[in-house]
Amino acid sequence: MTLKTRGRVITLLGLVLLVIVYVRAIWFTPVERLQGGAQKIFYVHVPAAWSTMLAFGLVGLASILYLLMKDDRYDRFAAASAEVGTAFACVMLTTGPLWAKPIWGTWWTWDARLTSTLFLFFLFVGYLLLRGAISEAGARARYSAVLGIFGAALVPFIHLTVYLFRTLHPQPIVLKPSAPSLPGDMLATLLFSFLTFTILYVGFVTQRYELGGGDSHVG
Amino acid sequence: MTEILRDAWVLARKDLALELRTKTGLASALVFTALVLTVFNFGRDPTAVSALDLAPSILWVTFTFAAVLSLNRAFQLELENQALDGLLVSPIDRRALYLGKLIANLCFVGFVEAVGLPLFALFFNISIVHVLLPLAALIAVATIGFVAVGTLLSALVIRVRFSELMLPVLLLPFFIPPLVGAVQVTARLFSGRPLSEVSGWLRLLLAYDLIFVSLATLLFPATVDE
Repeated sequence: MTLKTRGRVITLLGLVLLVIVYVRAIWFTPVERLQGGAQKIFYVHVPAAWSTMLAFGLVGLASILYLLMKDDRYDRFAAASAEVGTAFACVMLTTGPLWAKPIWGTWWTWDARLTSTLFLFFLFVGYLLLRGAISEAGARARYSAVLGIFGAALVPFIHLTVYLFRTLHPQPIVLKPSAPSLPGDMLATLLFSFLTFTILYVGFVTQRYELGGGDSHVG
Repeated sequence: MTEILRDAWVLARKDLALELRTKTGLASALVFTALVLTVFNFGRDPTAVSALDLAPSILWVTFTFAAVLSLNRAFQLELENQALDGLLVSPIDRRALYLGKLIANLCFVGFVEAVGLPLFALFFNISIVHVLLPLAALIAVATIGFVAVGTLLSALVIRVRFSELMLPVLLLPFFIPPLVGAVQVTARLFSGRPLSEVSGWLRLLLAYDLIFVSLATLLFPATVDE
């Protein structure tokens, strides 16, 4: 199977699973007592945030590997992952306000977590802008690798800033030191959605990587 | 290591001597700082928001904006007559080159801040004398962090189209942790709260300095070498 077909198959699988996520979230998962229907967006918002973080984390990793090995494939992967991550970040940043309006009573608030996520998004938009502004391939790969590593190092600081700042945002309920505090049905839907978004990420990145020249050294 | 520091100091002195002979950069940065402070003064409703509530943010937004503008020139002036290539072929360690630029930038931004702070106290009628020492230490710690990142990124963008615009776009997200931390600590200082309330922020600022100064020193060779 070529890379192109593989990317398409994985994406297709991800999209089918996404339909199942929607069906399961809407009809087969209990309604949250206080937030009502609005809470359902959680099954898209949180996995999208997960894919964003995964994408940006892998940009950092690929950047380190590029500087160590100087292999173009890492650079192409980083480019693909940054673009896909930015798309997932858009999903996260649109679903968030949709939920916030009925629950918080406002589309957007300058809460620490929202602000820092927005800045993370800007960081990677900046990364893509930098890539776009350099025409020479070697310099582009080098510069964006350096920026990618810096970006990855910034993420924990942004996270700490969030914890130190008073925050309105719901605290993590699955990935936290103690056991997940989510009822079984909801947790199952959420974990299934995590899987789906991860598969979608892999599918999108594979296709984008292939577009950027794939394994051949032609691009 | 001592050799690196010695070379770095020589390079920093070169940049500072260059700056002191023309004084254009320094003068523009100072005027810019004074102007931003003035604009902020008119940008608030004095009957609704007291100066003290807004002061920490104004101080730090002014400092960070002045820093972004100053950082642009650090490597820009090396592009003339291919001076950067000259530096790169000279037998000095790349890390010394970075540290030299960092020291020069810190002196430059530090000077602008030293002039900006009394102006700020004057314009916003804030008494800073009793907190001068901790405030100066805080400014130093926060400034080292964002100037370290800025110095590296300014080396990244010099050969890029629209570099004057690209630098702030890339740099501002990196300013968030030091900016938020510095604003928080400054607010506590101005309102006379004990520093123990902000020990978390202080640790964050110190960790930021440590990580980004070492990371930038480490990555700078990869930035300039083909």
